[in-house]
Amino acid sequence: MDYLDVLESQSIYIFREAYKNFKNLCMLWSMGKDSTALLWLARKAFFGHVPFPLVHIDTGYKIPEMIEYRDKVAREWNLRLVIGMNKNALKEGMHPDQGRIKCCTALKTQGLKSLLEEKNYTGVIVGVRSDEEGTRSKERYFSPRDKNNEWDFRDQPPELWNQFKISFPEGTHVRVHPLLDWTELNIWEYISREKVPVIDLYFDRGGGTRYRSLGCAPCTGSIKSTATSVEDIIEELKHTTVAERAGRAQDEGRGLEVLRKEGYM
Amino acid sequence: MNKTPTETIEHFDIVIVGHVDHGKSTVIGRLYADTGSLPDGKLEKVKAICEQQGKTFEYAFLFDALLEEQEQGITIDTARTFFTWGSRKYTIIDAPGHKEFLKNMISGASRAEGALLVIDAKEGVREQSKQHGYMLSLLGIKQITVLVNKMDLVDYREEVFRNIEKEYRAFLASLNVHPLFFCPVSALEGDNIAQKGPKMAWFDGPTVLQALHAFSKEKPKVDMALRFPVQDVYKFDGRRIIAGRINSGKLKPGDMLVFSPSNKTARVRSIEKFNCHTPPTNAFAGQSTGITLDEQIFIERGEIISTEDNIPMVSSLFRANIFWMGRKDLQKGKRYLLRLCTKEIECEVWEIHRGVNSTNLETQEAVTSIARNEVAEVTIRAKSDVAFDLYSDFDSTGRFVLVEDYDVSGGGIIMEYISDEQESFRKEARQRDIHWVKGEVKLSDRAECYGHRAAVVLLSGTDDAGKIELARKLEKKLVKEGRHAYLLDGENLRLGLDLDLSGTDSSETIRRLGEVARLLLDTGMIVITPSINFSQEDFQRIKTLIHPAPLVSIYVMEKETSSPPDCDHLLCEIRNHEAAANEITAKLKEKGILANIVGPSTFCYTI
Repeated sequence: MDYLDVLESQSIYIFREAYKNFKNLCMLWSMGKDSTALLWLARKAFFGHVPFPLVHIDTGYKIPEMIEYRDKVAREWNLRLVIGMNKNALKEGMHPDQGRIKCCTALKTQGLKSLLEEKNYTGVIVGVRSDEEGTRSKERYFSPRDKNNEWDFRDQPPELWNQFKISFPEGTHVRVHPLLDWTELNIWEYISREKVPVIDLYFDRGGGTRYRSLGCAPCTGSIKSTATSVEDIIEELKHTTVAERAGRAQDEGRGLEVLRKEGYM
Repeated sequence: MNKTPTETIEHFDIVIVGHVDHGKSTVIGRLYADTGSLPDGKLEKVKAICEQQGKTFEYAFLFDALLEEQEQGITIDTARTFFTWGSRKYTIIDAPGHKEFLKNMISGASRAEGALLVIDAKEGVREQSKQHGYMLSLLGIKQITVLVNKMDLVDYREEVFRNIEKEYRAFLASLNVHPLFFCPVSALEGDNIAQKGPKMAWFDGPTVLQALHAFSKEKPKVDMALRFPVQDVYKFDGRRIIAGRINSGKLKPGDMLVFSPSNKTARVRSIEKFNCHTPPTNAFAGQSTGITLDEQIFIERGEIISTEDNIPMVSSLFRANIFWMGRKDLQKGKRYLLRLCTKEIECEVWEIHRGVNSTNLETQEAVTSIARNEVAEVTIRAKSDVAFDLYSDFDSTGRFVLVEDYDVSGGGIIMEYISDEQESFRKEARQRDIHWVKGEVKLSDRAECYGHRAAVVLLSGTDDAGKIELARKLEKKLVKEGRHAYLLDGENLRLGLDLDLSGTDSSETIRRLGEVARLLLDTGMIVITPSINFSQEDFQRIKTLIHPAPLVSIYVMEKETSSPPDCDHLLCEIRNHEAAANEITAKLKEKGILANIVGPSTFCYTI
């Protein structure tokens, strides 16, 4: 087994534990490379099937190609899509101009919270990786959230020998993180090996720039790059020392820690 | 940064442990900085933040990501960072040293293949130095290198280092742990981390970087005996796939598999894989895979798959060493949820043989509870049979966790098999079932053809309550309906099969009754047995012998006043035996033993 096989095997194990133990399970799919690789892993775990709905929190500011790509893949792979949107906040004019953390909280965290509540999901599979940023490096594979969706990182339950947090009190839920051990490079290498169809926003489409991390249009910057294929990206990543989420505005300062504690993914 | 393609690179998980404030995060920070492994600008950014806040820069700030961690200057929870050097990519697991966060240290260390244990040269060996060493030994981490840090604070004196080495080496030896190296370092000054400094010329051992390289990769478990815990059974499409991850060994289509503790056997028909044009010809240790079987046997999550020549142990009792992480004390006589691989079962802490103080290894006999962060030698009694191995033989099937109040609260390693009352009967049943010579007609074929599963209906109860009459009526009713049922009266065995036995050998009488019932079950029959004087033990023995076929116990009472034992169905004051027989058949339908309609092709076989 090479290392990608090791990573794949652990992710599949986590998927199967989640599916067995959570009655009301869903998976967040942002159409980015991570959660798309995650989706591929789900199909591997369940032999071509995805036995839970995929949740997309639409902020209304997503790059339009992302929505097209979402609907196309959902049709082709026979996926059950559940779209969440904080329509009230949008109606009231929520925009990153009002403050990025405020906007993320309203459109993403609050959008997710309302949907989880409405659908009563008790297990939420999320494609976060521990190498993305500091707080994610502290996560468990199965990470409980309390009634207010908050993450108590001061007192996380023990997790050893692949025995996970699969029981929990009423009203709380568990975030499941099958990609925790993967790095950005691993994801691309896996996408290359498995020929996972990713959205072409990751590639230079002629302008000499590409997206390295995908989010909302106003808050996601592109990077200078002429990578036009997955192989180009892998080559590029082997020589970069710039952080992956450098183009994500909400991460600045303590942004992501504050957001994540309150229920952000 | 040193980059090598993932295909040729070896991955290695290292945990860094030790007493609080002995400088674990600083060692990592320094290691990354001195090997050029930090992202551009990270060092400058953290330094700028420190200056802004009027704090002295510390390398630890690079990894103590949480605001609270930096404010308090301690690591609260394990962080994972990645670092590549030479042809190896390390995942460095930074574990907290503070005693309150021992569960986090354990969570981090449980995934590691090697450990760096840091001891402060000035403070010397402290409680968590010992506690962490002990936990590493319990977690089975054998490759340890000890770093004596902050040598700058003791003027790089060799004798300080040698004294600590001597003391700690002796401590680890008492746990049968033998570290690879002891290295004197100063993480703050960067001595002996990535490069040898001039200040400790007296030391001719490795730097931290070299010590990391000296850890060797665990051998793959492909050549060991097969251990494959059933994680789930999927029926998304036409296939019935047994899914799970192979812990050790390998399998291929055609292999005969044994499922424990059910003792069922079947052959591998195929290995299933998504997006794969030619089906795999084998599956091996480490893979999360799925197989289909040649026979439609009912298998549940929790069973352990092996081959016939090397089966796991099965008992409801075993002796284990447990480290406790629960909020409440571990208590003798208390019930917990036991999770061993994918098996989940209620258990009781039957006996606490002794408690061990995890910071000084002092033992205490005759204790009835164990506090958080302490260790105990215990006997666990599970509610029913569990398949397992000794930890020394197979690590993954030889360890378990106990769950209390939703959380994993203790981890245990199995030290000893303890035989329970069922031992000889279980052994007999296992050997018999594993080697049973099967015909071409499968149990599922019979069940589908007959419209019912094979099962034992055991009628017991008070004298003169009418159980024998009821057994007759039940047999008659079932056969009249077109079911295959047989009244097996123990008296008939005494007239022939048991003639060689004296009347007092009840254990052998029961064994023979169980074996005859087992034969009849293999014919697909519903076996009705009225018991004369079954003790609770006899009842268990029959259950063990016919396991895993269902046993439905019916208790018949004359009056409602007496207190009945555990049973599936209770009948009181039978006036009309036919009506009582109807009640029992309804019960059998409810349990999925009888199909609602008589005859073939109407029954979904699920044993």
